[in-house]
Amino acid sequence: MIDLSSINPVVLAAALMVAATPILLAAIGELVVEKAGVLNLGVEGMMITGAVTGFAVAVMTRDPYLGLLAAAFGGAAISLLFALLTQVMMANQVASGLALTLFGLGFSALLGQGFVGVSPPRTAKLDFGFLSDLPILGPILFRHDPMVYVSLALVAGVWYFLNYTRGGRILRAVGENHEAAHALGYRVRRVRILAIAFGGACAGLGGAYLSLIRVPQWTEGMTAGAGWIALALVVFSSWRPWRVVLGAYLFGGIIVLQLNLQAAGFRIPVEYLAMSPYLVTILVLVIMSSGRARKTLAAPGSLGRPFHATG
Amino acid sequence: MKRRHLLAASALALGLGAAGAAFADDPLKVGFIYIGPVGDHGWTYTHDQARLEVEAHFGDRVETSFVESVAYGADAERVMTQMALSGVEMIFATSFGYGPDVNAVAGRFPNVAFEHATGYIQEHPNVSLYNARFYEGRAVIGHIAGKMTETNTVGYIASFPIPEVVMGINSAFLHARAVNPDVQFRVVWVYSWYDPAQEAAAAEALIEQGADILMQHTDSTAPVTIAQDRGIYAFGQASDMTAFAPESHLTAILDEWGPYYIARVQEKLDGTWEAGSVWHGIGDGMVGFAPMNEAIPEDVRAEAEAMIEAIAAGEYHPFTGPINRQDGTPWLAEGETAPDGDLLGMGFYVEGMTGSVPN
Repeated sequence: MIDLSSINPVVLAAALMVAATPILLAAIGELVVEKAGVLNLGVEGMMITGAVTGFAVAVMTRDPYLGLLAAAFGGAAISLLFALLTQVMMANQVASGLALTLFGLGFSALLGQGFVGVSPPRTAKLDFGFLSDLPILGPILFRHDPMVYVSLALVAGVWYFLNYTRGGRILRAVGENHEAAHALGYRVRRVRILAIAFGGACAGLGGAYLSLIRVPQWTEGMTAGAGWIALALVVFSSWRPWRVVLGAYLFGGIIVLQLNLQAAGFRIPVEYLAMSPYLVTILVLVIMSSGRARKTLAAPGSLGRPFHATG
Repeated sequence: MKRRHLLAASALALGLGAAGAAFADDPLKVGFIYIGPVGDHGWTYTHDQARLEVEAHFGDRVETSFVESVAYGADAERVMTQMALSGVEMIFATSFGYGPDVNAVAGRFPNVAFEHATGYIQEHPNVSLYNARFYEGRAVIGHIAGKMTETNTVGYIASFPIPEVVMGINSAFLHARAVNPDVQFRVVWVYSWYDPAQEAAAAEALIEQGADILMQHTDSTAPVTIAQDRGIYAFGQASDMTAFAPESHLTAILDEWGPYYIARVQEKLDGTWEAGSVWHGIGDGMVGFAPMNEAIPEDVRAEAEAMIEAIAAGEYHPFTGPINRQDGTPWLAEGETAPDGDLLGMGFYVEGMTGSVPN
């Protein structure tokens, strides 16, 4: 009765990459933050701030790329609030992160008041010439908006930076054991503040991807929990950049696949599939809060611990 | 424990102070609690617009306040308790899930009038219920969709499998089928009232399956935006969403809470307010329509308007038999109209629908 061929796997794969991109962007940023030993639960707040600043700037300048740039700055700017609280004033990271999310949601609603119902300038899909015309591979891989490729390039960059550069090793050292890193003369606080700003910029980009490309419109609270999924992804990938890609595409895949299966009329236990990303997220956050489980997951040694420079 | 006592005591003291200060000339304080943000352009937005209508209508005689994005349960109870303690005499709780919280707080504040939208729990004489017959609006858009679809496939983005949503799907489907025997509905459940990215992805999946008209029972404007992008038609939800999709937005079913809110506040001012339970439709002005798009052919628009009038006048009920359930068993006999109880507990599709209602 149901025609399995009614779902086009090529379209599905292409849609999956698009659905995964916002959480991939936010997650790769948070990975760097956590690798530096900081747990920033404010991803949702930074994403929504990026979504609104990116949208506003894109609308005012009629240039989506300026909008994306502004989103990165917006996300980084609001993340510096978190940096101020946790790195300078030594506030609790979990509480500050949650506060950042609440603040971001409210602040973005305020900023976005004049932009509801406005249509943003569109980003063109890239055309790679003969590559885009390839059968199957063309539509899956070579006909997306630029941000899909930027997100993958960011992952590659982060992977290279963490593993093969001096700066990356210092960042990891700070995250693994901030006392030792400090004793070696590395500036723990400065490294962490830079990492937090990078995480904020990435989250901002992820948010703007939603408001400028994915949906494209601005409405309050439009990230609707994507930031929390990004947080869970980092743990799910045990802090490895390429696994973040895998996780994001898996999560994006579940969402897109279940919607497409439903649209095609398949009888599937929708309620469980729709819940699954959130269930995994909750599970991961529970695991995160237990110290022993964290160790077995190979979390950075100093993750979430405040650093006081003592002599 | 100690701190909680302290808080309760100070809150009580504040409340007493406020009650003592409430002279007859003071404005009536009316509180609203919302499940979503006021800027959702859907459900919550319409309630807040109605609140503004109340303010405009009564001027100085009424003072309103609202709290948005309040979760069901302890949060809602706390917010309403706080409102009651600070001298609010009338509270509109505008979402289904607030039922238990409304009744818990109503028991403690017998002088506060509670108005609960779309609920069913009424344990105290100061709890009133109100709801809108959105299925009447869905019948009209179903008719338009049945006439206008070229692929004979209508995509439906649904939130949760509750009677309210199921009855909307059935109403739209019955009226699309009545004018187009080949029309099929494809339903996607997103398990959220408000998630723009999910709703956008659902819209795209439906378009991929050949849908050339979208309907939604979710609150964001994402589906109409996607429809505009892909050059197909869509119906908005709760408020006029034309601005998001000027060419694609055919019309929208509007939630018009203003007249009811004004009437009830007036009764409270007059001291004649009594708890009741109403289910208003097009005729009572609680369900309305956004301006019809030019893209709707002249004759179809005329038919739609005739249907709106017939429903408003009480001459036509969207669920009039003969109607069978999906499995072929009879539900309504020839000429029989659906009892409200059947509609409010509706958990089945009507005959001709494909797929099944999730559990």
